[in-house]
Amino acid sequence: MAMLTRRDLASLGAATAVLGLASPRAFAQQRITQAELLKFDAVGQVTLLHFTDIHAQLVPLHFREPSVNIGVGESTGLPPHLVGKHLLAAYGLKADTPEAHALTGGDFAALAKSYGKIGGLDRMATLVKAIRAERQGKMLLLDGGDTWQGSYTSLKSGGEDMVEAMNALGVDAMTGHWEFTYGADRVKTLAAKLKFPFLASNIKDTGFGDPVFEPDMVVERGGLSIGVIGQAFPYTPVANPRWMIPDWSFGIEEERIRARVAALREKKVDLVVLLSHNGFDVDRKLAARVEGIDVILTGHTHDAIPRPVQVGETLLIAPGSHGKFLARLDLEVKDRRVAGWRFKLIPLFADAIAPDPDMAALIGRIRAPHVAFLSKELARTESLLYRRGNFNGTFDDLICEALLQERDAEIALSPGFRWGATVLPGQPITVEDVYNQTAITYPAVYRVGMKGSHLKTVLEDVADNLFNPDPYYQQGGDMVRVGGLSYAIDVSRPMGQRISDMTLLRTGKPVDPDREYAVAGWASVNEGTQGPPVYDLLTKYLTDRKSVRIEENRQVRVSGADPRGLDI
Amino acid sequence: MSQARSLNRRTVMLTSIAAATALSQFAAATASATPDSAKELLKTLARGDAKEGKIAIRAPEIAENGNTVPVTVTVESPMTDKDHVKAIHVVADGNPNPGVASFQLTPLSGKAEVQLRVRMASTQKILVVAEMSDGSLWSGAREVKVTIGGCGG
Repeated sequence: MAMLTRRDLASLGAATAVLGLASPRAFAQQRITQAELLKFDAVGQVTLLHFTDIHAQLVPLHFREPSVNIGVGESTGLPPHLVGKHLLAAYGLKADTPEAHALTGGDFAALAKSYGKIGGLDRMATLVKAIRAERQGKMLLLDGGDTWQGSYTSLKSGGEDMVEAMNALGVDAMTGHWEFTYGADRVKTLAAKLKFPFLASNIKDTGFGDPVFEPDMVVERGGLSIGVIGQAFPYTPVANPRWMIPDWSFGIEEERIRARVAALREKKVDLVVLLSHNGFDVDRKLAARVEGIDVILTGHTHDAIPRPVQVGETLLIAPGSHGKFLARLDLEVKDRRVAGWRFKLIPLFADAIAPDPDMAALIGRIRAPHVAFLSKELARTESLLYRRGNFNGTFDDLICEALLQERDAEIALSPGFRWGATVLPGQPITVEDVYNQTAITYPAVYRVGMKGSHLKTVLEDVADNLFNPDPYYQQGGDMVRVGGLSYAIDVSRPMGQRISDMTLLRTGKPVDPDREYAVAGWASVNEGTQGPPVYDLLTKYLTDRKSVRIEENRQVRVSGADPRGLDI
Repeated sequence: MSQARSLNRRTVMLTSIAAATALSQFAAATASATPDSAKELLKTLARGDAKEGKIAIRAPEIAENGNTVPVTVTVESPMTDKDHVKAIHVVADGNPNPGVASFQLTPLSGKAEVQLRVRMASTQKILVVAEMSDGSLWSGAREVKVTIGGCGG
């Protein structure tokens, strides 16, 4: 019986999963309405609202989804490793529609002009308030983390602007990752200012393994007792500076999650939710190995998946990044298991949603002292500037050019971060755009001598973080971006054998393993790294140029990849 | 409950350290251990053929700090006079020397679990052999990745 109910509801879920909008571009704005975005046939006792990886974006923006996101191992051919037309086909969506624009990178500049910007916390607040009013005590709002970092205002306020905004939004719990790049003391200070718990079952002190944060919480909603377990990004001390959090240890800690699930089930909770910053592939594996989790609210890898992914009895939700989407999951719970559900991934088309006046006022107050500085035009771009993609993004290519030029280097390395807003062709590149791509607490641009053999090791190392067939060994970033260098990569090979044909573009000659090259890069995780901050360097580079044009990057030759993860 | 458990573990950890034998006498003259030299060393530490099983090795998938990787080894055993673990040998196959530690246990150890911190030069396997009171040998292995780090995001 339960299975039948679930299937029935699942098919209903499919019908309402995304907007049934397929309008010609010219009429796009008229057809998307706030009422249509909020339309939802409520079901069950409780509504989970989930967003993650907002990266401190308070105002609407453009964010291009990747056209390269290759799946390996057990994730091959599965979401989120379906991009462009493959994603649209898998979910029965049409090209040139608002949802296609929100979910894929194809024809981005043209569609962005039709459909406008997306996101904005004042729009998010409007949706949250409407659903809260509709569901009266039956709603839980959960934030998957990467909330406090990614903008100028968050960097300057040390994350405090986002704490204020999230308190105002009425979040019920969060977990974290980039939050930790403000350092342990600052995180503790900010966590104490939250009106809701910061949950992390996998963070413990390095000495005896004692918990640093509350691992979980139990809340009542709609007559149900709901257990929420927090899971911070497991590889924070590897992917980000460990010296900023020297006394904290992370890790996937499957055993700890299993123990928390068991403890919550012993307390007779009706529903167990994992609020996770593991990354989607890690959570898919975890869902198959840890029993008793009803819902995993995934994050970190910035995937927007139009429907829940089911692994056994567990539903996995992936609501994208940068405040582009709000995920709504209504749950019917019977005998402490999910008996039915309905889901909608709501895209926040900014022009269609009335800003919430309270949140708009708060955002205005946060930004007022900085608006003049942030809106300063540094240069114009003739081409689309974006970041997401497994190997390169045009904004990173621009950063690499700036690194080569300003630090007089032969080779540039730029980290494979997945956050950063997109700038459309013909638009100005402002100070705000620069910070949206670079606002980190360890911004020094180093210049070092690096042997060719070491460069190969770096590329192999990062490639294995991305393409290790076992998701538990994946760190969830993209490949390190390179300037002044071309290479070939066979993603199907094991570590140490993926990278070949490294060529120095300046000379056209193969990279010599024994020669030392002048390498410039930023975001080193080593303490005491010397050099100018990357946002200052990029600001100078752009100011000197006034106009930039970045051609599509053909310097990385990819083989061994599942074609469903490529749309180029 | 978790406090009681962690106290227990601390006690076990201290006991284990007291019983650990330094393996410096096994330091090989070669530049780096190999999977073969690690297995060879295990054979000298515990003579006989080991079967796979009974051993759980807990360690991070990716080390946060290669200088001090926390490793917990648990061996399935009732730890009675008649049936207990006599020794747990730990080696690593990618360090300059493969030897890490040997722990001597008695039924009074209470629980066949040891915790240690291992310095790891690079990605490698931790190999463990447990000697039981009936003379049987059991083995287990776990890979720990040591990365350069810095590009997650």
